[in-house]
Amino acid sequence: MSAAMETVQAAPLISMKGIDKSFPGVHALKSVNFEVRSGEVHALMGENGAGKSTLMKVLSGIYAADAGTIEHDGRPVEIASPRQAQEMGIGIIHQELSLMRDLNAAQNIFIGREPRTAGGLLIDEKKLNAEAAALFEQIHLKLDPRTPVSQLTIAKQQMIEIAKALSHKSRVLIMDEPTAALNDAEINELFRIIRKLKAEGVGIIYISHKMDELKRIADRVTVMRDGEYVGTVPAADTPVEKIISMMVGREISDEPPAIPDLADAETVLEVRNLNRGREVQDVSFSVKKGEILGFAGLMGAGRTEVARVIFGADPLASGEIFVHGRKITIKQPQDAVRAGIGYLSEDRKHFGLATGMDVATNVVMASLERFAGAGGVLKDPEIRAIARRYIDQLSIKTPSERQEARLLSGGNQQKVVVAKWLLRDCDVLIFDEPTRGIDVGAKSEIYRLLSQLAAQGRAIIVISSELPEILRLSHRIAVMCEGRLTGFLPGGAPQEEIMRLATQRNENRAPAGELSEDAKMGEKA
Amino acid sequence: MSAISSKPGPGNLLRTQGAQKLLAFAGLIALVAGFSLASPNFMQTPNIIAILQAASVNGVLAVAATLIIITGGIDLSVGTGMTFCAVIAGVVLTYLGMPMPVGIAAAILAGTCSGLLSGTFVAKLKVPPFIATLGMMLILKGLSLVISGTRPIYFNDTPGFTDIATGSIVGMIVPAVPLPNGVVILFAVAGIASYILGRTILGRYAFALGSNEEALRLSGVNADRWKIAIYALGGSIVGVAGILIGSRLNSAQPALGLGYELDAIAAVVIGGTSLRGGQGTILGTVIGALIMAVLANGLRILSVAQEWQTVVTGSIIILAVYADMLRRQRAAAAG
Ligand SMILES: Nc1ncnc2c1ncn2[C@@H]1O[C@H](COP(=O)(O)OP(=O)(O)OP(=O)(O)O)[C@@H](O)[C@H]1O
Ligand SMILES: [Mg+2]
Repeated sequence: MSAAMETVQAAPLISMKGIDKSFPGVHALKSVNFEVRSGEVHALMGENGAGKSTLMKVLSGIYAADAGTIEHDGRPVEIASPRQAQEMGIGIIHQELSLMRDLNAAQNIFIGREPRTAGGLLIDEKKLNAEAAALFEQIHLKLDPRTPVSQLTIAKQQMIEIAKALSHKSRVLIMDEPTAALNDAEINELFRIIRKLKAEGVGIIYISHKMDELKRIADRVTVMRDGEYVGTVPAADTPVEKIISMMVGREISDEPPAIPDLADAETVLEVRNLNRGREVQDVSFSVKKGEILGFAGLMGAGRTEVARVIFGADPLASGEIFVHGRKITIKQPQDAVRAGIGYLSEDRKHFGLATGMDVATNVVMASLERFAGAGGVLKDPEIRAIARRYIDQLSIKTPSERQEARLLSGGNQQKVVVAKWLLRDCDVLIFDEPTRGIDVGAKSEIYRLLSQLAAQGRAIIVISSELPEILRLSHRIAVMCEGRLTGFLPGGAPQEEIMRLATQRNENRAPAGELSEDAKMGEKA
Repeated sequence: MSAISSKPGPGNLLRTQGAQKLLAFAGLIALVAGFSLASPNFMQTPNIIAILQAASVNGVLAVAATLIIITGGIDLSVGTGMTFCAVIAGVVLTYLGMPMPVGIAAAILAGTCSGLLSGTFVAKLKVPPFIATLGMMLILKGLSLVISGTRPIYFNDTPGFTDIATGSIVGMIVPAVPLPNGVVILFAVAGIASYILGRTILGRYAFALGSNEEALRLSGVNADRWKIAIYALGGSIVGVAGILIGSRLNSAQPALGLGYELDAIAAVVIGGTSLRGGQGTILGTVIGALIMAVLANGLRILSVAQEWQTVVTGSIIILAVYADMLRRQRAAAAG
């Protein structure tokens, strides 16, 4: 870094010093320092519950700090509300998507700032949609602005959040785990946008649990642990191992699975010719006892949809499902659970957690009947004891099992959902993006648990958009593309092979090669 | 910034859940204190008894309404449902001349069935609760009139029926405290409902339904069945209210009932249960019912015109919900 650069960067855009914040029972931030300069991507790293989101909520006016100062362009400021933060040019893309599901994409982006017509009486829908479309153009998102958010996948919702943040023309942009739900292509797109913003002098604060992204996008890295500031290092010349050990305070070893010999193992789940619209076409596969079958594919390839029809969350158009060789009819999730199938949804906020209820209740949600005595009276001490066991086992960071789930950090909420299905003790477990938003340490803990569950004789299906995760876990890999199974590969297959199958379009369909996933989403909507 | 407690979860839980009850309770105390200062007649034992007696029917209905509201639904049929149950009791006891326990059982069964029906409309046919129970409200009103031939049915042939609500077993044991049975029944119903909500699987699912129904469903729980069960339980409690009102009036008045559902919902709301579902307490609801009874009684003692009493009650509802909002915001700001 040259001397000239130094002087240019002398006054950081934002500088937070000695920030302290407590919640009842949690000291979330302990005198934390953090700064971001104009034109830099500053990564904020740390384990689940380290306090990253909290620090960013302080910066964006959602929480007031108990102590500490914030300087904006070198001048001390008070940021008392999100509105004030916005006016100062601080934009944030929250970890928990906060779009209104019943409004459409364009309405969500311009909520509160709708272009008006008829002397301010009416909303100018035409202009609204045109402006949204222009934003989508900028981020190469092919989507009809009038698509209701409730019809969009999490990835698309994330892209809309990004469009919304861009529309604010912020000088500081906070991205709290923006890539947690994105596939590789979308991540590349996001990085392209980030580089563009960077060149325009925007300071970007980037939170992620994906270590490989650091080298690709970050300039500096600040690490937090247990609410404390650990240090700030340049991203380029610090080895990833060093950053990890700063985060977790220890080394982590992660070896790929020893693939067991399953030749004689019993087939637990078999599905034949499953069909549902365009998303699931003629899907047949089986999983054996003790096997981990990974489902790879691009976002929108139909993997989640396959899981949902097997689980009875969406109706099946045609096809057969066998469990332990017996044909079963699954009309609703409870039929699946009774047959011994569990499904961990990719969208924990809407489908996984009762966020207003406590951790213990969420952990036992799928097995509550087991804890009910005569007359349906719950054995509360047992419920709490079992919840505490999982809190320990998965290192869920919470002051107690009585804490409301919504007060946990994102990654810890995910662990609660995982605990729910571990407790239910199913023969077949379908994990849809099980480690979304989970830190490196906990991730390897969950991998270990999944391998252990398989070794204990369960059949496991893992759906993941992260290839390293698929490779790290799977004994066998099924690859999907556009609603079809394009092939099976042995565990540890080369990435290129998986990618080839994941992009193998159906030849019969005319210009399918040109149609991107996004375009199809729009079409459907 | 408000003080930060260093206590872990449970203390925190008490703080947030207890606060509204405390708020409502403080309101109740303030009202009682205010009226006693304003009028020497207020704190007389007979008047206190009258207040409790008046609170009992609305209280029981409000308990039923609370169960439904916690699931994220609403029950508009509790008022006319109550009348319907009273009419059924009248038919069984007066027209058919059956013994009293049979009449009571029939009333509760009638309530349970109407709850089952509402629950089925809501859970299975996916009719929104507001509409389903609005329909049930009218259906039950109509049926009450049809069955009774639009005439009141008196319970003169069933000796002891009036004692169910107005007699006093407590008074027989402790003459100094002539607590009417109706009040004891309210507390018993509230106690049982509270236990079910707090301690049983049904109660836990009621909260889960209101909190995130889809997550419950995807946990493999038969959410529809449990929802119907809650509506049925609410219905059976409405049956109890039917017995109470019949006993107090010594008759089933088929034209009565409309408007009771709004009083019940008002008590629930004053008691801090969220209409969005997922949270609420029976204790709060009982306090809410008491507040409404104290208010009506106190204003009457102060000779405030009936019309103005209604205005005051309306204002209290808004005030109570506003106070609750403030508390929530403060809680959110404190984390
Ligand atoms: N409103 C709140 N009330 C109580 N505790 C809270 C609240 N918000 C956050 N916490 C706690 O503060 C700590 C830090 O949470 P935070 O969300 O900042 O973590 P994070 O670093 O973003 O984690 P993740 O990677 O899992 O998103 C956690 O222990 C969390 O449970
Ligand atoms: Mg976070």
